[in-house]
Amino acid sequence: MGSTAKRWKRFTPLFLLMIPGLAYLIVNNYLPMFGMIIAFKDVNFSKGILGSDWIGFKNFEYLFKTADAYIITRNTILYNGAFIVINTIGAVSLAILLNEIRKKFFQRFYQSIVILPHLISMVIVSYLVYAMLSSETGLINKSILPLLGVDPIAWYSNKEYWPYILTIVNIWKGIGFLSVVYLASIISIDPEYYEAATIDGASKWHQIRSITFPLITPVITMMTLLAIGRIFHSDFGLFYQVPMDSGVLSETTNVIDTYVYRALMNLGDIGMSSAAGVYQSVVGFVLVILSNYAVRKFSKDNALF
Amino acid sequence: MTHDSKWVRWLVHSVLMGFSIACIIPFVLLIMSSISSEDSIIMNGYSFWPDQFSSKAYAYLWDHWGELGRAYGVTVFITVFGTAASLAMTSMLAYPMSRQDIPLKNFWALLVFFTLLFNGGLVPTYLIYTQVFEIKNTIWALLVPGLLMNGFNVLLVRTFFMTSVPPALIEAAYIDGAGEIKTFIKIVLPLSAPIMATIGLFEAILYWNDWFNGMTYVTNPKLFSIQNILNRIITDIQFLSNNSNLSSTASSKMSELPSTSVRMAIAVVGVLPILIAYPFFQKYFIKGITIGAVK
Repeated sequence: MGSTAKRWKRFTPLFLLMIPGLAYLIVNNYLPMFGMIIAFKDVNFSKGILGSDWIGFKNFEYLFKTADAYIITRNTILYNGAFIVINTIGAVSLAILLNEIRKKFFQRFYQSIVILPHLISMVIVSYLVYAMLSSETGLINKSILPLLGVDPIAWYSNKEYWPYILTIVNIWKGIGFLSVVYLASIISIDPEYYEAATIDGASKWHQIRSITFPLITPVITMMTLLAIGRIFHSDFGLFYQVPMDSGVLSETTNVIDTYVYRALMNLGDIGMSSAAGVYQSVVGFVLVILSNYAVRKFSKDNALF
Repeated sequence: MTHDSKWVRWLVHSVLMGFSIACIIPFVLLIMSSISSEDSIIMNGYSFWPDQFSSKAYAYLWDHWGELGRAYGVTVFITVFGTAASLAMTSMLAYPMSRQDIPLKNFWALLVFFTLLFNGGLVPTYLIYTQVFEIKNTIWALLVPGLLMNGFNVLLVRTFFMTSVPPALIEAAYIDGAGEIKTFIKIVLPLSAPIMATIGLFEAILYWNDWFNGMTYVTNPKLFSIQNILNRIITDIQFLSNNSNLSSTASSKMSELPSTSVRMAIAVVGVLPILIAYPFFQKYFIKGITIGAVK
């Protein structure tokens, strides 16, 4: 008992150090978790948030009666599902190619260039996309389509193109970053495997297939499962900034995050937006737990908990 | 055999070069459009080599430097101050958690870790920041929500402290009579420069690029960062072009907006510091990605 008291006394200054960080976690993370109760209330600011009437699942009933609920769920899952598949295949291939580069200068050069898009904000990305796609002045309509003899396309008012556009932008921005992550795990493979394989006369392609690929499969599996755990959360900037918040495109660009944002900020609909937010948080949480369970089954070391 | 591997090497280089060009080319287009004359953009669209060059867009920025310079000041301020505050808070929380003998060790870890798994979402966060803390239209709105500290970084730094600072060193300092805080500042932090540099770099980029907080919590143009100015220009153009048939004032408003080349010039000014600084920090950035990956 005495030693416990002594330990607390010794640690008092350290506990003081923790205060700002803990206070921030409470304000920024824990209070909003408790704030989720507003989804079950009819918020009335004159009564205050705590004093507003409880209405049970009414907000959720309204939400799931709208066509939006289906559209945003579908878009969120389809986009993020496609991103997981395409980005993983692309990033692993890119990492394998990067690993083939032996000259230090080129290694640096390629790595630096491919992660460059990751460094810029989505607002800037939306300017870059606009320079390509603007109907009157865009590079594609003005320079590329005429070369092919195709009529200009009004990109920003035709929703059917956006699944492709957003996927391409996502690849462009994220794949280099992800490939550097995979490259790190390829580099950590013991070079002796390759030396032995070369002595046995195995071709490059053969080595990639039977050494590199099997040895990085655990990392790929883990990263993929973690991404699946986050499939309900989208890159807000990609879906909000790149289509320039355009209503015409919403059927193919609206995801849960953008829906919640617009319902709250543009419509001031606290009931609907908080219900959609709770739906996202809760389903998202269940998915994280399930995917972690899957990771644990697969490899205990790589599980989050 | 050698012939074959040479062929493969060419293929690898050309794929990588192709992808690298795809990564860079939008930036080239951006920069070239900012030095195009307005007429050549209207006639031929954005292009890699305009018919007519013009420095008018930059001259315009120079003349309107008041507003833009202010936004630049805001961006620099939040980047510097936010990164410093973030590093301080992260390390101050992570260090006690890294100590084997701290009371309630698992509780602190769980408290931080849980924030990575679950969050309340935008609506309660927004209401708490605006209704309870009333940060709307204050500089705090740009600094605090979401950006100041995150659990992932705390756990990363904690792991670094646990693995790279020998406990014997801390114990020796304690026996020599150094206080816990003195030990933290004089011994632990200097040993942790690599992780601090990495996290500081990521935080700085986060602050420099952030437009979300400004868009959500700020309506006063005096508090706009450079990203918010860029964001506002797009919103105005969208709004006016959607409503241009509604009012005749819309078209006159449209002509007051910065021209296409000016917009691109502002965007260039927004990314240029990152592009210029990038060669100097890219090594650390790549290292940082790798650290984050192995958690």
